[in-house]
Amino acid sequence: MPLTLAQLPVGQQAVIHSMPTGRAGLTRLRELGLTPGARVRMVRRAPLGEPIEITVRGSHIAMRNHEAADIAITLE
Amino acid sequence: MSEAAPPLLAVVGNPNSGKTTLFNLLTGLRQKVANYPGVTVEKKIGECRTQHGKKLRVIDLPGAYSLNARSPDEAVLRDVLLGRRADTPRPDRILFVADASNLERNLYLLSQVLELGLPTVLVLNMMDVAAHKQWRIDIPRLSEELGVPVVPMQAISGQGFLELRVAISREDLPAPRWHSAPLPEDIRAALHRSLDSLASAGAIHDKATLLEPLYLMADHNPLHDGFEDSHLAQIREAREVVEKAHPGWEDQLVADRYAAIEKLSAKVLTLPEQEVRTFTHRLDQFLLHPFFGGAVLLGILAFLFFLIFRVAEGPMGWIEEAFAALGNTVTGLMPPGDLRDLIVDGAINGVAGVVVFLPQILILFFFIGIMEDTGYMARLAFIMDRLMSVVGLNGKAFLPFLSSYACAVPGIMATRTIDSPKDRLITILIAPLASCSARLPVYLLLISALMPESVSAWARAGTMVGLYALGTLGAFGFAWIFNKGILRGANAPMILEMPNYKLPSLKAILLQVWQRAKAFLLRAGTVIFGMSILIWAASTYPKDSALLAEAEKIEQRIESLETSGDEAALTAAADEFAGVKSRQLAQSLAGRAGHLIEPLIEPLGYDWKIGIGLIGSFAARELFVNTMAVVYAVGAEDEEDMTPLRERIQQETRADGTLVYSPLVCVSLLVFYVFAMQCVSTLAIVRRETGSWKWVWFQLFYLSGTAWVLAFAVYQIGGMMGW
Repeated sequence: MPLTLAQLPVGQQAVIHSMPTGRAGLTRLRELGLTPGARVRMVRRAPLGEPIEITVRGSHIAMRNHEAADIAITLE
Repeated sequence: MSEAAPPLLAVVGNPNSGKTTLFNLLTGLRQKVANYPGVTVEKKIGECRTQHGKKLRVIDLPGAYSLNARSPDEAVLRDVLLGRRADTPRPDRILFVADASNLERNLYLLSQVLELGLPTVLVLNMMDVAAHKQWRIDIPRLSEELGVPVVPMQAISGQGFLELRVAISREDLPAPRWHSAPLPEDIRAALHRSLDSLASAGAIHDKATLLEPLYLMADHNPLHDGFEDSHLAQIREAREVVEKAHPGWEDQLVADRYAAIEKLSAKVLTLPEQEVRTFTHRLDQFLLHPFFGGAVLLGILAFLFFLIFRVAEGPMGWIEEAFAALGNTVTGLMPPGDLRDLIVDGAINGVAGVVVFLPQILILFFFIGIMEDTGYMARLAFIMDRLMSVVGLNGKAFLPFLSSYACAVPGIMATRTIDSPKDRLITILIAPLASCSARLPVYLLLISALMPESVSAWARAGTMVGLYALGTLGAFGFAWIFNKGILRGANAPMILEMPNYKLPSLKAILLQVWQRAKAFLLRAGTVIFGMSILIWAASTYPKDSALLAEAEKIEQRIESLETSGDEAALTAAADEFAGVKSRQLAQSLAGRAGHLIEPLIEPLGYDWKIGIGLIGSFAARELFVNTMAVVYAVGAEDEEDMTPLRERIQQETRADGTLVYSPLVCVSLLVFYVFAMQCVSTLAIVRRETGSWKWVWFQLFYLSGTAWVLAFAVYQIGGMMGW
């Protein structure tokens, strides 16, 4: 099982490996810069465990585990 | 008109790019705000002059991340840029505002916009933040690659504004040179096939380009609650053709575009070896800290509550006093009669009923303006999201719902910060379930009637808390139901940008507060005013001439008694006067309506007199107390003092001698007030914010229906159990 973005420990970097195509929510995340090959870093989790905040291409984006769990990553 | 209309300059950019700050800089106070017809998206148009004194019209288009629209805001942007909106001309030039400290993401929308071929000026805003992150941007190179003038700026301080004026004043603004990678062949072929059928159906305007069909097909929810397009079926069909030819085509196009952007940014952007920690990063360590962040949040919300409950109370009191004084003055100046009553009791009261909302609206929107402008609003949504997700809402719905505990009117107006139309609608529908401050007097009266003096203050307070909890529970329950079943439309995933913190621009916030207040007064205010007059007329007419003559006689007697100083006779006369007023109300339209609805409310344990109170509550819930005082002919010397009324209703009996306000009836009434939709002001604002009467009726019936069913259950089941 490859690691997903939802499992990335806080403070760690990774590269996006792959994500399923043809899903509206994920397409929007791609448009915000989360494309395969892009480098991401887990910034923090919200106090209640969700959502997560990540940084990609200089911008900070929050999302829920539900979406992040679809994004496969490789650790750097 | 001999002179052609001045050129239209459109300000375009991502949310949080400082677009509106720039628009304000350009237009100053010369701007008009309206809604795009059919959708609740704000349309801001202003004017400015070029260096050479020529006029330019400027339009502030909604912030967006992409022309592949995912929200009404983005759909409006797409349609205006493609010249698809009949109400807005296609812009002649574009001023694109990009956040320099977030260059690649901003280049995404920019590259889409440049491909439309309109002459464009690029502003790189927030250069100070980029500099702080030690990002080096090669501006001449960027300008050369894109083929457009590039102006570095700090819009907040106005730095770079002169250069911007020069750039937009150029008559010979070139068309941009940028072209992304060409579309993959199979996508292009599929688009071409669809283009023909779409064009012959009249769904698109421009056959020369593939961009119009491309962006129309990429919109997954072309309706966007209010967008009328008679070609939905064709667009959907065309979308399926493309999808079949190249599954995942949208994701392919995004990847291609970012590949092109990466090539460009490799030429113009130099990053430091190590990421530099910014001010935003350090502040978030604290404000999003599991403990301190929560504490700060609670503090901020407590402060907001203090402002809208306590601080607004003062001005609201002054407004009521000022209008009361005005009413008294007019009463003194005019001869008695229907016209005087219409002006004083109808019109002046009606205006007062509208204006009295202003303090809360002004305070709430000032507060929200500061939270949004600084960037804290996104953090609030970030912290609260998990909690709101339990009932299917997201973090952005939290503040509007919370504000509704003061008053649903500003709360519903605040739902504009929620960008998912479905979440926004659900929040609007449940907002009246937050027990607003107008219910407080009703709760107080009924609780004091329910519980004898001997019951401890704690039990009363506990009952009060229970009522608030009941409303909240109901709100969350209905949010869950609406989310699961009744409302169509997929849930948009919660994706939230966390912008950099910045100092708020006071001028921009005040301008927006003023625009919102004006919109409230003009749009919702007129409906509230009209309804107040209707309710007043219903409780005044028809007049009974015998009762009128009697009232006049008693008034004269009271006048003469006042000089004589006979206290006992004076009190007796006042009681008699109140009795006449009570009989007048009973035979008015509202009084008759009370009789009319008696069969409907009898199963809840209410008589027709309570029915009049329920009808009177429609103007504002707290009027229940005043209406009941008139019904029971309680002449209170001090309006704030409920004791005489409480004592009176505790003695009220039915024909068979049993108490009307038995404990069970009090509980039934309390439950009814928690749920019932009894506020025309809220209905008026829901009409304005949803753009249709459909949701107004839906809300009225689902809330009042729930209130009836629950009050019925309380009274009947309680009765069976012998309470």
